[in-house]
Amino acid sequence: MNTINYSEKIPNNVNLSGDRALQRALEHWQPNFLQWWAEMGPEGTRDASVYLRTAVSVDAGGWAHFDHVRMPDYRWGIFLTPADAERRIHFGEHLGEAVWQDVPGEHRANLRRIIVTQGDTEPASIEQQRHLGLTAPSLYDLRNLFQINVEEGRHLWAMVYLLHRHFGRDGREEADALLQRRSGDADHPRILGAFNERTPDWLAFFMFTYFTDRDGKFQLCALAESGFDPLARTTKFMLTEEAHHMFVGESGVSRVVQRTCQVMKELGTDDPARVRAAGVIDLPTIQRYLNFHFAVTIDLFGADQSSNAATFYGAGLKGRFEEGKRDDDHRLHGLTYAVQEVVDGRIVTRDVPMLNALNEVLRDDFIRDSVGGIGRWNKVIEKAGLAFRLTVPHKAFNRKIGTFANVRVAPDGRVVNEAEWAAHQSAWLASAEDRAFVASLMGRVIAPGQFANWIAPPAMGVNKQPVDFDYVRFN
Amino acid sequence: MNVDADQVAPVSPLLRQHLIDPEICIRCNTCEETCPLDAITHDSRNYVVDPAVCNACNACVSPCPTGAIDNWRNVPRTSAWSLADQLQWDVLPPPTASAPDDTGGVPAEIAAITALASAGQGGTSAAPWSAATPSINLHPPGRPAVATVTGNFRLTAEGTTSDIRHLVLDFGSIAFPVLEGQTIGIVPPGRDADGRPHHVRLYSVASPRDGERPRYNNVAITVKRVTEDHAGQPIAGIASNYLCDLERGANVQVVGPFGASYLMPDHPGARLLMICTGTGSAPMRAMTERRRRRMALGEGGDLMLFFGARTPEELPYCGPLMKLPASFIDINLAYSRVPGQPRQYVQDLIRARGADVARRLADPQTFIYVCGLKGMEQGVADAFREVCTKHGQDWDALLPALRAQGRYHLETY
Repeated sequence: MNTINYSEKIPNNVNLSGDRALQRALEHWQPNFLQWWAEMGPEGTRDASVYLRTAVSVDAGGWAHFDHVRMPDYRWGIFLTPADAERRIHFGEHLGEAVWQDVPGEHRANLRRIIVTQGDTEPASIEQQRHLGLTAPSLYDLRNLFQINVEEGRHLWAMVYLLHRHFGRDGREEADALLQRRSGDADHPRILGAFNERTPDWLAFFMFTYFTDRDGKFQLCALAESGFDPLARTTKFMLTEEAHHMFVGESGVSRVVQRTCQVMKELGTDDPARVRAAGVIDLPTIQRYLNFHFAVTIDLFGADQSSNAATFYGAGLKGRFEEGKRDDDHRLHGLTYAVQEVVDGRIVTRDVPMLNALNEVLRDDFIRDSVGGIGRWNKVIEKAGLAFRLTVPHKAFNRKIGTFANVRVAPDGRVVNEAEWAAHQSAWLASAEDRAFVASLMGRVIAPGQFANWIAPPAMGVNKQPVDFDYVRFN
Repeated sequence: MNVDADQVAPVSPLLRQHLIDPEICIRCNTCEETCPLDAITHDSRNYVVDPAVCNACNACVSPCPTGAIDNWRNVPRTSAWSLADQLQWDVLPPPTASAPDDTGGVPAEIAAITALASAGQGGTSAAPWSAATPSINLHPPGRPAVATVTGNFRLTAEGTTSDIRHLVLDFGSIAFPVLEGQTIGIVPPGRDADGRPHHVRLYSVASPRDGERPRYNNVAITVKRVTEDHAGQPIAGIASNYLCDLERGANVQVVGPFGASYLMPDHPGARLLMICTGTGSAPMRAMTERRRRRMALGEGGDLMLFFGARTPEELPYCGPLMKLPASFIDINLAYSRVPGQPRQYVQDLIRARGADVARRLADPQTFIYVCGLKGMEQGVADAFREVCTKHGQDWDALLPALRAQGRYHLETY
């Protein structure tokens, strides 16, 4: 049985009570986490009861238990998917060897860095989203926001468990530091750029959960292949929860698009000014938000060529997306991968050793996956009989990391000069004026079954509940 | 209900096909990752379910973040949508008129048995307004619960030809909540002559909702060992012989619970009129026991029972039944094979108690339950019609009203 023991102070399925020192260390960290949650967690939720999904076991039947939970009573825990005694490392130089249950000394620093970087994104996104509850377009959406927040909180716990369990004193210090950095703080920022951006409105939130949580999915998938078995088992369970976050993003944007199309048809116009005057978000603004979030997110995959990525792979620490489903030799020596760079004002393609290009491999996998959802948003527009289509910008567009960092590239992939960039920037990226307009639409709707004017209701409720269910109760 | 003989086709002509809604699905791969049979696959467009592999175990349903996974269509097995069909879809096909999807989450083979059992009254009735909400199909045929036999007692006297048994099944830590009147399905181990798994047999629970032993996680069923078919030809019923021969400690695969209409009213003052024969007594025993345990609460509402068997020795639960006070239950026993006595059937006693029966039929607080062999169906209906006519009522007008009010429930097999 993989049942989670909720009678313990820290619910877990890792037999925490069998390791008293570790249990005490985590129980010492717990009040600091709760303090951080009270300060930086969702605003104004002290007394709300929220219809949440909570894991009662990690098998398929038990991890999606739904009930109203008072937010102050929510209990974060430590859950790993069951161990497979036969599991072997299936890529890199240790291919075929038994997976590690403890950290090998020579990989300690790299593994700690990987876990800290992943762990840092979890509280960061909660900090970025902490004001959104005040402008939720419905109880349904408010509930989804809370669900994402508590699960990101649990993902932080997952990484902190690994740090405490496997990295001794360094690990405990890193776990403390995870609660000390703050998203967007000038002195103590979060580690990665996208996690220091603001998430000021719900369109930004939906774009963030669609694109940036998808980066999370790809990073977690790559870590779920790891030869360090506790990391693989932890991230595997996190992935099951991550899927919901991307659902919120995909369906959220889809509902915004649907509502806009409905109003455009009613008014018989595609003039953004008239569409805005009707209180919905015009499609070009949605495209500009998309461009921004896409570019910021693909920066998260790191430099196009990276010796660190090669080291992580060769050492068996971090695999590729769906490593097990690929049919090469899983060592990659002598293989090449096509990367892009700017030469003489044009983007050209060049083959480089695949081991050094693994960040780019993961980035391209991510791009392929994101394109699918944009196609489904376009189906909504098509169904409404409108000609507009959303597109994915070129991967060189508005990059801050990697070979394109200092190059100006239009969304269609043309290298442009500074003057052309400046002239078109507000047509390509959400401007301060766009954001101010979107912000002007944000207002809290808390009557069950009611939705803000700028967004359509979802096709179905959560866990077969009706759309007008009281997903959040304010006590 | 105690359906054991091969009354439904060995393989139902209907398939409850599992489909994924391409408009709601976000292609997150969780279902494909979760499926224990690898029945789910995808291309760049859609995630799809192979109808030849999926066994409706529902393992993928709760992990799905979108709800897209939980779509089912009853289709003729021969024209199930192929993977190639599903990969082309942008939207799900509408439910087909000839194959309604309204089985309330119940697998097609179970729905087929239930439809047969309630055919005598024209389909299932509405549930009583005060019935508790039943749990349905928590353990579908693809993912049965495993129970342990903690009791197997013969109810009929030794020496009689009918071997009726009271089986107690304990579910340990597995949740398997039942209500009186619901059925559970037993999956006999092994395979039939054609190499296919045996199909599910349904049995009404004979114990009340709080367990055969109060507050224990156990359920009782009443099983008659089948030694001949309806035409009297010798035949060894697969499930019944399997169950009757089980020893304490044995494991049994159980699916369900099923049934959302044959349920008892929970409100104070509700009266029960129960008519049964043989193992059709199982739901009556469950309801009676429920009310007996609550007697001290003084909720009111009397019980009236018409119970038929061949002889007193073959009447299940005879001993405990006769110990119940007359102020609690009005018992009427009909025996059809007592030497030297005329054959008497439940319908004869209904006629004999006509005035009392008519009063109950006219009382909106009375809820009527019939369970037994198909053969009793017509006799009971005729008796009700006769009683009504005699007391100024019209049975044919009354029956639809009783069914709509959730006051008349019939299961025959």
